[in-house]
Amino acid sequence: MSRAEADIPVATAFSAQALRAQFPALDQQVNGKPLAYLDNAATTQKPRAVIDRISDYYARDNANVHRAIHELSRRATEAYEGARDTLARFIGAGRREEIVFTRGTTDAINLVAQGYLAPRLKAGDEIVVSEIEHHSNIVPWQMLCESHGAILRVAPVDDRGVLDLAALQRLIGPRTVMVAVGQVSNALGTVHPVQQIIDMAHAADVPVLVDGAQSVSHLPVDVSTLNADFFCFSAHKMFGPTGTGVLYGREALLDSMSPVQGGGDMIETVSFQGSTWNSLPYKFEAGTPNIAGVIGMGAATEFLEGLDLEAVYRHEHALAERAEAGMRAIPGLRIIGEAPGKTGIISFVMQTAHAQDVGTILDQMGVATRTGHHCAMPAMARFGVPATTRASFACYNTEADVDALLAGLDKVSSLLG
Amino acid sequence: MDPQVETLRDTFEMLPDWEERYRFIIDQGKKLEPLPEDAYADEHKVRGCMSQVWLIAKSGDDDQMIFLGDSDAHIVRGLIAILLMIFSGKTAREIVDTDIQAIFEDLQLEQHITMNRRNGLYSMVETIQRLANARLAGD
Repeated sequence: MSRAEADIPVATAFSAQALRAQFPALDQQVNGKPLAYLDNAATTQKPRAVIDRISDYYARDNANVHRAIHELSRRATEAYEGARDTLARFIGAGRREEIVFTRGTTDAINLVAQGYLAPRLKAGDEIVVSEIEHHSNIVPWQMLCESHGAILRVAPVDDRGVLDLAALQRLIGPRTVMVAVGQVSNALGTVHPVQQIIDMAHAADVPVLVDGAQSVSHLPVDVSTLNADFFCFSAHKMFGPTGTGVLYGREALLDSMSPVQGGGDMIETVSFQGSTWNSLPYKFEAGTPNIAGVIGMGAATEFLEGLDLEAVYRHEHALAERAEAGMRAIPGLRIIGEAPGKTGIISFVMQTAHAQDVGTILDQMGVATRTGHHCAMPAMARFGVPATTRASFACYNTEADVDALLAGLDKVSSLLG
Repeated sequence: MDPQVETLRDTFEMLPDWEERYRFIIDQGKKLEPLPEDAYADEHKVRGCMSQVWLIAKSGDDDQMIFLGDSDAHIVRGLIAILLMIFSGKTAREIVDTDIQAIFEDLQLEQHITMNRRNGLYSMVETIQRLANARLAGD
């Protein structure tokens, strides 16, 4: 009754089916049904190349980096620093020193908040974010505002989830010290026009932080073309391991920043009279880093470099359109966020069922989705819902996954309708 | 075994598949006695649930504790109904002494429904046993 049938366009010739063979976790049954993994905005599955790289590192090369003169340490350092080169190339950074390894996007944003903004922030200064940011791109700024008497300004979105650029423009004023926006909304899939936002902010001499957690594995990104001041993302949402990520920062900005964490590896000299800092990027990487994680992220980046990300975007968008066409036929289902050109993220609510009911029944049908506020409570409030169910696609999803989702939603309707 | 639990176990055993078991649980939720309006307050909310859950206790005859609960999610409301079948009408002492883990095992609840921690079942059990403990402490 609600299936997207043959008249819906096929998702493109992108070979998602071939990619699936590289992801062992996708090949399993859940509750007796083939797994349809549609929680990619939360975390993606890992290809064999990433799993093997991490396992090989521990099996053969494990040693601390930057320190010892022995062979294993040389190999570990080479792999770790090699990942930095790969990541710099992947996002179009001008220099490898502009890539700082962090624990993830949240850690990166906090580093900018504490290391860049805190020392220069004055009472009455303003930070501008959008209404549909992830909590990790709200709370670090909010904490700064509270401690420094600064003000958080919020640019609204319209009923489709499209950012009101004119309103954003009006919010950028003489006291604005930072604009922080996600490139893609994790809750709604909206692609913010970050190029325009950056140009707008730069015209007022305001730096911009772009949260790229939901973009780097779903569309092409080039930080040099964007002219972004800060750009951050997490490995685990781009087919890499958890617990690691990147802060890209323009060299001059990173240079002007103070370290936030002190410890080993981030210093040049230490004495009880005072210490001096290591050069970029090491002054921000205190302590033994997540070496295996970074090396795994390097492997994930190589995997992404093997994809045509423009085609990945079209593929995921087409899958979402196919799913939404089927979902519109389900009585009482409302899609939250209908920005044109959004990525493969679908947030929705059902009149007859709480998001938790939907997620539970979909799970019984082998379909993995996310239910809740998606760490974007202000975005939920904007649309007047406490929670949504979210299906989010990645390059390896196929029309079979869409069909499983629609069949699952039919089951929700029949059980709760 | 507690006769209520025995009845529940027999019912679950008769239901042929997950769909029928969920349908049964959802139907039990529909039969819940409604909560008084003033019970929908923050102080009666059970924390640790993805949906909103409210639970209150009132006194029955002979030291019995009667529980009332509600949720905005159907499956959770059904799970509340199952918990009330187990706990409601017992004394505070009986409630505190109930080994809920053993009952869930008897019911084979883990096999029957997805025991996702986030459905809040254990948070609800904790709340019920905390209310019973408070009663024992003479609250």
